[in-house]
Order: sequence, then C-alpha cells, then structure tokens
Amino acid sequence: MSKEWPLWEIFIRSQHGLAHKHVGSLHAPDAEMAVNNARDVYTRRNEGVSIWVVRAADIVASSPADKGALFDPSNSKVYRHPTFFPMPEEVKNL
Amino acid sequence: MYAQLVETGLKQVRAAADMSPEEQAFQARIDDGIKIEAKDWMPDAYRKTLIRQISQHAHSEIVGQLPEGNWVTRAPTLKRKSILLAKIQDEAGHGLYLYSAAETLGVSRDELLAALHSGKAKYSSIFNYPTLSWADMGAIGWLVDGSAIINQIPLCRCSYGPYARAMIRVCKEESFHARQGYDIMMSLARGTPEQKAMAQDALNRWWWPSLMMFGPSDAESVNSAQSAQWRIKLFSNDELRQRMVDQTVPQAEYLGLTIPDPDLRWNAETGHYEFGAIDWAEFHNVLKGNGPCNRERLRTRVKAWDDGEWFRDALAAHAEKKQARAAA
Repeated sequence: MSKEWPLWEIFIRSQHGLAHKHVGSLHAPDAEMAVNNARDVYTRRNEGVSIWVVRAADIVASSPADKGALFDPSNSKVYRHPTFFPMPEEVKNL
Repeated sequence: MYAQLVETGLKQVRAAADMSPEEQAFQARIDDGIKIEAKDWMPDAYRKTLIRQISQHAHSEIVGQLPEGNWVTRAPTLKRKSILLAKIQDEAGHGLYLYSAAETLGVSRDELLAALHSGKAKYSSIFNYPTLSWADMGAIGWLVDGSAIINQIPLCRCSYGPYARAMIRVCKEESFHARQGYDIMMSLARGTPEQKAMAQDALNRWWWPSLMMFGPSDAESVNSAQSAQWRIKLFSNDELRQRMVDQTVPQAEYLGLTIPDPDLRWNAETGHYEFGAIDWAEFHNVLKGNGPCNRERLRTRVKAWDDGEWFRDALAAHAEKKQARAAA
C-alpha cells in the first residue's frame, strides 16, 4: 500500500536573534514527526533554537513569469534608498 | 566523484543555432552566472540530467552508510564509535538534502528509491568494495570523503540553485568526515608495527578505487561537455583526480605510508604528481554490478526498505487517525 509521506519545508531560527530561515525540506507523516526529523537533520551542530515546519503544499509562491510585474517597478524608485540624497560634508549625524 | 558517467541523452553539445528562444535565454542566464530555480523554465534534457546526477549522488550517500555500518559495533573505543555513528548519521542527512534537491525537479523520493532498489539507478563504484579492517574507516574518511570534497566544492557554484545549496550544507559537514578519517590513520601509523601495517593495507586497497571515483577521462565526452555548458560540471574528471593525487601524496608521506603506485613521481616542471595507469576494466566491471559487494549492498538496501514498510505505513495511519479526530 505505502503512501508517500508529505513534504515539509523547514525553517530554523539561530540563537543570535535572527528571523527563522529556510534550511531545506524533508518527508514526515505528520507535523510532530516533521519537527523531530528536522531536529535530527538540520540542528545537529547547534544551528538553531527554534524550528518551524510548514507543509510544502501549503506554501504559495510567486511565479518566475511575474518577476517583471512584481519587482521592476521598484527599480525606478531609487529615492527610496538613503544614498539618493547627497549630504554636505559638514553636516553630521545624517 | 559520487555521480559517475551521467548521461545527458544528447549526441552533441547544444549550439545556439539549434536552440529555441527560450533555451537561448536559459543558456544566457547560466552563462551570466544566474542560478536556475525550480519553477524556472528549463530544457527537458537539463532537468533529466540533473535528476540522474543528483539522485546518483543521493544514492551514493545512502549506500555509503553500509560499508561503515559494518564497523559500528566493533569500533576500538567508545569515542571512535560515537564519531563513526555521527558520520553515518551525516551521510543519511546528505542523502536527504540531495533527494530534496532532486524532488524540486518534479520526481518523488519514493520513485528515486525504487529506481535504486531495482538496480536501474547507479551509485558510486567506491561503495562496492568491502571494509575488511578498522583501518578502512580511516582510509574511507581520508581518501573517499577527501575525494568527495574535491568533487563537491565546485558544485556549490553549479547552475541549479537547490543543488548548489544542498552542496554547501554537505561540504560544511564533509571536512569533519575527512579529518576524522585522517585522525584514525594517524593513530594507527603511530601505533604498533601491526597497526601501521593495517593502515598501509587499507591504503593499498582504497587508493586505486578512490582514483576511479572521479570516473574515466572525459576530455572527449559529449555528456561532460554538455554538462559543462550547463554548469552542472565545473571541472573535468582528470583535473579533479589530479587535484586529489596532488593533495593526498604529501598527506601519505606525513603518515609514513607508501602510495601503492610504483610509477608515482613528482614532476617539478608541471608542479604535479604523475601517476600510473588506472585499471578501467575493473571500474566498468564494478559499475556493471560485478564488484566485490554490489549484490550485498543492494540486498541490504532493499531489505531495509521492505522491512521498514509496516512502520512507515503505521506512522502514516497514525497521522491520518489523528487528523480525523482533530477534524471531528
């Protein structure tokens, strides 16, 4: 019979106060086992202090074809970067 | 190399003139060093070749646990036993990272395992040799994992994003494997004459199969040229093999062991070691399934998979039951 176990995406937060970061994926029959397996596979060397597991099927991703529509508009808005505004040498702390 | 003789299914390297606009754009991205990601358009041959290469690599990690498993219960100290267990656990992890990378290409892990178990998919020739003494644990870490590192470091920069990312994780862990192997060799080489002889015997048996890991010369190979154009192969088999010999000979000298090759000599002009002819008949024979341990390795894998079926099914049934209860 053997049904394939679902795929889970694994996110780990390291101890330095950073956000959870995607580290990879694994198969597990349920969420609890996914956390157990993630511990064994992705935190064998002190990589983290917190694990999130998310069913891969539940992730909604942007499509490569939408890259232009999604990300190109920000290219023309360089004023959003602080370096767009040159500051005089003698003005400090800006 | 953990993936040997990977077929691309192509008779000649794809030229720009033969490519559709989509394929030209794809090749241009690779030429610019932009990573290809799972959802990006890719030629069918690229996808299939990658599935073959990554799954061969994954199978090698998994089958590679077997020769070492042979020594877990007979490790000389508790410390060595713990280290060996940790290394074998790493190999399972490496297999998992790689299967996951292959799965992003639209194939399931169970399909890949079925191909391994039916004998259709290959794994590295090196794991079809027996581990006859404890010194083999040293020689494998030093030579086999050492060769794997040489092969895998360039792959961290390969064109397929999920494969490159898996390789980065693998490489971080692999140095531990090589060092613990060399550490075993150092202990034996500094030990009694009998222990030193064990180390020499292990080197004698593992040296040539380790050189074969990189595969035959592929200077003339269409498959390799195409894989190079796709940037899923970054150096030729001969280049990587030369790198392995150049770095390993001084390490053997430090141990006071002799490389089993009467033709080995330093060439001051090229700055490389020259070495003797490799027995490619042996390599092809092992790849065909006639190595010392091919049948045993596959039998062990299939038995583990079959014996574990009731357990995998039970966990799936338990998960379904819990879900049904939560829904009720």
